[in-house]
Amino acid sequence: MKEKEYLDLDFSDIKTPFTLNRREFIKAVGGGIFIFLTIGDPLDAEAQRRGGRLPTDFNAFLQIKEDGRVNCFTGKIEMGQGVINSIPQSLADELDVPLDSVDMVMGDTDLCPWDMGTFGSMTTRFFVPPLREAAAEARAVLIELAAERLELPVEKLRTEGGAVIEKNNSKNRVTYAQLTEGKRIERHLEEKPPVKDFLEFKIVGKPVLRRDSLEKVTGEAKFAGDIRLPGMLYAKILRPPAYGARLKSVDTSAAEKIEGVKVVRDGDLVAVLHTLPDVAEKAVSKIKADYDLPESDVDDKSIFDHLLKTASESNIEANGGDLEEGRELSHHIFEEKYLNSYVAHAPIENHTAIANIEGNKVTVWASTQAPFRVKDQVAEALGVSAENVRIIAPFVGGGFGGKTRCQQGIEAARLAKLTGKPVQVAWGRAEEFLYDTFRPAAVVKITSGITDDGKISLWDYGVYYAGGRGSQQFYDIPHHRTMTHSGGYPHPFGTGAWRAPANNTNTFARESQIDIMAAKAGIDPLEFRLKNLKNNQVIRILKAAADKFGWTPAKGPSGRGYGIACGTDAGTWVAHMAEVEVNDDGHVQVKRVVCAQDMGLVVNPQGAKLQVEGCIIMGLGYALSEEVHFKGGEILDTNFDTYQITRFSWTPEIETVLIESDAPPQGGGEPAIICMGGVIANAIFDATGARLYQLPMTPDRIMQARR
Amino acid sequence: METINFQLNDKPVEITIDDARMLLWVLRTDLELTGTRFGCGEGICGACTVLVDNYPVRSCQFPAVNADGKEIVTIEGLAKNGELHPLQKAFMSHDALQCGFCTSGMILTAYSLLLDNPEPTREEIIEGMEDNLCRCGSYGRIIKAVQTAAQEMKEAR
Repeated sequence: MKEKEYLDLDFSDIKTPFTLNRREFIKAVGGGIFIFLTIGDPLDAEAQRRGGRLPTDFNAFLQIKEDGRVNCFTGKIEMGQGVINSIPQSLADELDVPLDSVDMVMGDTDLCPWDMGTFGSMTTRFFVPPLREAAAEARAVLIELAAERLELPVEKLRTEGGAVIEKNNSKNRVTYAQLTEGKRIERHLEEKPPVKDFLEFKIVGKPVLRRDSLEKVTGEAKFAGDIRLPGMLYAKILRPPAYGARLKSVDTSAAEKIEGVKVVRDGDLVAVLHTLPDVAEKAVSKIKADYDLPESDVDDKSIFDHLLKTASESNIEANGGDLEEGRELSHHIFEEKYLNSYVAHAPIENHTAIANIEGNKVTVWASTQAPFRVKDQVAEALGVSAENVRIIAPFVGGGFGGKTRCQQGIEAARLAKLTGKPVQVAWGRAEEFLYDTFRPAAVVKITSGITDDGKISLWDYGVYYAGGRGSQQFYDIPHHRTMTHSGGYPHPFGTGAWRAPANNTNTFARESQIDIMAAKAGIDPLEFRLKNLKNNQVIRILKAAADKFGWTPAKGPSGRGYGIACGTDAGTWVAHMAEVEVNDDGHVQVKRVVCAQDMGLVVNPQGAKLQVEGCIIMGLGYALSEEVHFKGGEILDTNFDTYQITRFSWTPEIETVLIESDAPPQGGGEPAIICMGGVIANAIFDATGARLYQLPMTPDRIMQARR
Repeated sequence: METINFQLNDKPVEITIDDARMLLWVLRTDLELTGTRFGCGEGICGACTVLVDNYPVRSCQFPAVNADGKEIVTIEGLAKNGELHPLQKAFMSHDALQCGFCTSGMILTAYSLLLDNPEPTREEIIEGMEDNLCRCGSYGRIIKAVQTAAQEMKEAR
């Protein structure tokens, strides 16, 4: 697996973490059987991905407790994506315990094994396999203990429902609880134990409802902003008018006049603290400050030329055949350019953290997708050893890649140190837009060609600044080249990974181009794809989507408003079909979306469907309306009034087809979003004959394209 | 500073507060009821929705002193005697949530909608819920959950 297939984040700054020592850990969580992760073994795949060694870490993967319940420790966090369900499903099956006997301990750096972060649809692919090995090891230990207790050879024993049972006499049994009572057994995974075949699974593959919904419908669920500590202060931080502006002078006197307000200044960090968050907010608005503004004058219209001018490096992602020959073979040549704007993550929960320092121990509860990364960053910011820093990620209120950075956690920790009190930092919505790490604006240029019988003969593809994920085409094209262009930092603010990074941009461009060629060839867009594909996995999902959708062939534009797009992300293949209606004013109503998804073995079909639906709904936003407006570093969108995300009335009928497969499970949180730009663009073309080359496809742009 | 009295989830509350403060922060901070969420701070997203005399209000924009003499219901007050409200049960049985951050506001908005219109059509649910935002994309399931809850409440009448 190539690193760039997943994301373009740089994790080289992750240092060797050291958490609780083993004795402290066991004291904290009690007795039983512990299966530990040892150096360099099970998370190797993930470690190698980022080109480094796995840090030394001796936290447990799982604990069989003396009451028979099972603790599963994972550095992954739950932000809605549902691994809180799918992880215990895999574990329960491998360990042979009832699903509801598994308790999840998530995102706590003192208790959980090191983890690089929850992103890239990696949990099921990279965390679950070693977890299953740990469970297999635990089961082997339990069988050994039972063999002693029952005075039987291990071959005569089997496990089921949290008990070890004699194969020929199911009444002769001993429960895991009985076996672990009063024991403290530690095992280390040094050799990989054999794990079960997928066919033996009884819990994996069955739809399971969310296990966190009771807490969430009663308001009991705790997010980072819900942690209350005695003596805590709420901080509001002075923010610049533009990203990258530098503070010249500041007058805090009006803020200081408000009763109970404490003003703290540490370099560029100017904060107001109070026992009430709303009073702190009022006080910070009274601060007068002057700034040196950044010089960038690029805006949301000129950015695309700026990107093309800035690009200085390029990389060939794939090539084959000979482009010149491809050009000669081509009956029609198509030269197109696709644009997409900056897009915000905009989770409903803002970046929030609370930090508490007791003695030399720093604890930060934070809305973060990468607790272990934050641990190192907080340690560095405070000048303390990482072993004295504990990060806990409670429920996270949506992340989508935007909470891989945790500036607010560092701010809270600094302020806790400066004030000697526990401090909460909860960003407001304008701060959320100012410091979001947007999905980068990008340009894709494609030159392609078809023969007179509708075969693609040429594909010359270049993507600027989106990244390479999803850029490689998978059609049967003899002469092709795929390039990524980058260099420097052309963005006037932060950018980063946004759900299926790069792939939304690349899939929009590729699938639009395919459609343009199909229309020119006068061939139905599904037929055109099938004619130009040899990859059976894609062919299968296209056909599955067509079956569910009731696709009938017609050359575009047919006036029906049908669109099609397909692609691959995080090891999973997806094909989408959509039906849209375009009003006279350019407003698009998406009536139906069908998604066929081949994600290997489906761990939780219910959870997989939720993710597909979430991808489709969120994807409508970047397809139709989401676009960050800016002038230099000044972000003009500060809330949901101008930054329009998908709303109730946009909701199409959604049907999901999950392809049956016993191949290893692949990613599920991101793939189904990648086609949303392409499938809607193609449907708009089919409805109106107008081709859209820029995301989002706003009514204005649609009206312009129709002229 | 002003002293006000109101019913909060069926219990009387007396509190003395600065009259410029919004109800959201009084609930979350002074009264430690954190189930009401802060999302946008401008009344746009609906995460902070609570019921004031059964009417859904954006508590981030609602001066707390206006609660004087009123009945306030937050998400914590919806279950009665340990029994979940049909909407809460339906949100669970439909998996009508992912991260859960908008859920409190969704459920309370739907609660008020069903008081006004006990048998809403799909279109009426969409119209009534339109100004509540969910980033995880649970809209379709929320619509179904509201329909299921409406049905259950109808059968109970």
